[in-house]
Amino acid sequence: MQQFFAFVQKEVFHILRDYRTLLIIIGIPIVQILRFGFALSNEVKNTKIGILDYSSDYMSRSLVEQIEASQYFEIVEFLESTEAIAATLRKGKTKMVMVIPAHFEDDLLHQNSAQLQLITDGTNPNMATTLINYISAITMEFQGRTLGNNAMPLQIKVTNRMLYNPQLRAEFTFVPGVIALVLMLVCTMMTAVSIVKEKEMGNMETLLVSPMNPLAFIISKAGPYLMLSLLILTVILWLSSALLNVPIRGSLLLIYGVSMIFVLGALGLGLVISTLTDAQQTAMMISLTGLMLPTMMFSGFMFPIESMPVPLQLFSHLIPAKWYFYSIQAVMIKGLGVQHIWKEILILTVFTVVFLTISFKKFKTRLA
Amino acid sequence: MNSISVKDVGKYYGRKNETVALDKISLEVSAGSIFGLIGPDGAGKTSLFRILTTLLLPDAGEASVQGFDVVKDYKEIRKIVGYMPGKFSLYQDLSVRENLHFFATLFKTTIEANYELIRDIYSQLEPFNNRRAGALSGGMKQKLALCCALVHKPEVLFLDEPTTGVDAVSRKEFWAMLKRLKQQGITIFVSTPYMDEATMCDRIALIQGGKIMSINTPYGLLEEYSSPLWGVRADNMYQTYLDVLQYPAVSQCHTFGAYHHVRLREGAAAEGLESYLQTKGHSEIEIKIISPTVEDRFIDLMQTENKYLI
Repeated sequence: MQQFFAFVQKEVFHILRDYRTLLIIIGIPIVQILRFGFALSNEVKNTKIGILDYSSDYMSRSLVEQIEASQYFEIVEFLESTEAIAATLRKGKTKMVMVIPAHFEDDLLHQNSAQLQLITDGTNPNMATTLINYISAITMEFQGRTLGNNAMPLQIKVTNRMLYNPQLRAEFTFVPGVIALVLMLVCTMMTAVSIVKEKEMGNMETLLVSPMNPLAFIISKAGPYLMLSLLILTVILWLSSALLNVPIRGSLLLIYGVSMIFVLGALGLGLVISTLTDAQQTAMMISLTGLMLPTMMFSGFMFPIESMPVPLQLFSHLIPAKWYFYSIQAVMIKGLGVQHIWKEILILTVFTVVFLTISFKKFKTRLA
Repeated sequence: MNSISVKDVGKYYGRKNETVALDKISLEVSAGSIFGLIGPDGAGKTSLFRILTTLLLPDAGEASVQGFDVVKDYKEIRKIVGYMPGKFSLYQDLSVRENLHFFATLFKTTIEANYELIRDIYSQLEPFNNRRAGALSGGMKQKLALCCALVHKPEVLFLDEPTTGVDAVSRKEFWAMLKRLKQQGITIFVSTPYMDEATMCDRIALIQGGKIMSINTPYGLLEEYSSPLWGVRADNMYQTYLDVLQYPAVSQCHTFGAYHHVRLREGAAAEGLESYLQTKGHSEIEIKIISPTVEDRFIDLMQTENKYLI
């Protein structure tokens, strides 16, 4: 037991004295949260658009005013001719031009139908679609308000409601995503590197020629990093709720519980990587390229898994972060309880047990 | 009683075992003695150390330490030996005191329990108790490593090139410490590439290319010398060297300190060499019999092997 505490104490010294690495480990999640929260956002706000109004009547002007009044668009240009449209879009600042044909009001009032043309910059298809949807919504609203219901005698009204995230805020996806990514990276990479470092520096040679208990050694490597990851989790949760107003609807205890299982699995994976190589550089490369990309791509946090080809969907089942991401999102955003995510918890537990077993079995008691 | 016994141990590296690190070597070390393994880099010293400290498995033969087999009873051996690898392998970011404390706890003991054993060495380190091990000088690092290897009062101490890269004064001190440890009854198995340290050992083995060329006491090894060794000097040392090599009766010549160490073929006399050098125009010629050093013996043995001609 004393031997174990000596190991833990040594490990804590290693972590605390390498303050640069420590700073990076704690800094990464903070930067990630701030980056996703303020800089990277797929919402559309204050998009610059141009208007080409051939009718300039009361109705067309009220529509333009309404568009301008929304927070989504900023009208920067009133164009004079069709030729100017291409020139404006080519400059790249204006993302869309709305063309209102002549006799807009007349057509609408007398023929019950009028046309609007939207010309968008299709270089970024997602954004173009979003802009068109927004304008359509504003137009619908405008139509309903100015003409009343008698314009269209028969109509189907679609009312939608985005449950759990009515404002469609991106933070709700990326906060759980960042948590999964950062925990995966920190735990796996740091454990792998810290063990491989002992091999590279020759410490392992001395450690092996002693009545050392391999289990005590492995647990002492994992323990301090488990603590560190829970600290990081706390920092992320606090930042995202204080700064980004992301709610924590479910049980905090459950979040920490699932995270513990996930982190232990990640630590196990790090231990497995450490048995594969003797060089810190290699360990770092394996952890970074072998884990970061799959975690980002197949956890469902950046790209929807449902729209991937079937082989890749099957592959995504092998990514622990996918299951963790789903459970955290379920608990944090939807406020679900343990009865809804027991399957994910079970899968994560299997991953953890498998990784820890492999790492313990593969631990070499000799040099070669 | 033998503390270490090695019988026909072989170790091969490479896919097809084409690199021979140890070629079926055998040796025995009696308890409470200092045994020196002397040989150049790449001779196989570290491989033998790692086999004896149970870090590597031998590919052939068997070996035991204090009666425990290095393969079967490796856990027992790890409890009773102290090992200091050739490369400094303590924790550089831990202080002197923390390193020592860690290794004491690792072996389930305390610094205080075995303080007597390490007092001599540790007292020199105590002023630097709180300094990180990485910031110590080379000699201090070796002393700390020795302390850490000794802190659990091992029965056998394995020191792989403990004096490599250490200044001359520290080397002398280090060997004085080993002598004192020997008096405590600890068997010491030490390797070094420095021939001059060989005389400090009770017995030495000369190792080269994975083969043991000779095992003897340092003096016994020198007495193995059959023919006399001549020290030759003259005014122009370099030209003398070239000329001596040309003389037909010279079997070997190498420069060592102030003299060329020369061996003559059987039946040849030193007078012949002297008159030969005079005809070559050398002055202040001095030729005398000198007592050989371990290095002379080593070169001699290497030439007999006829494999590694200098």
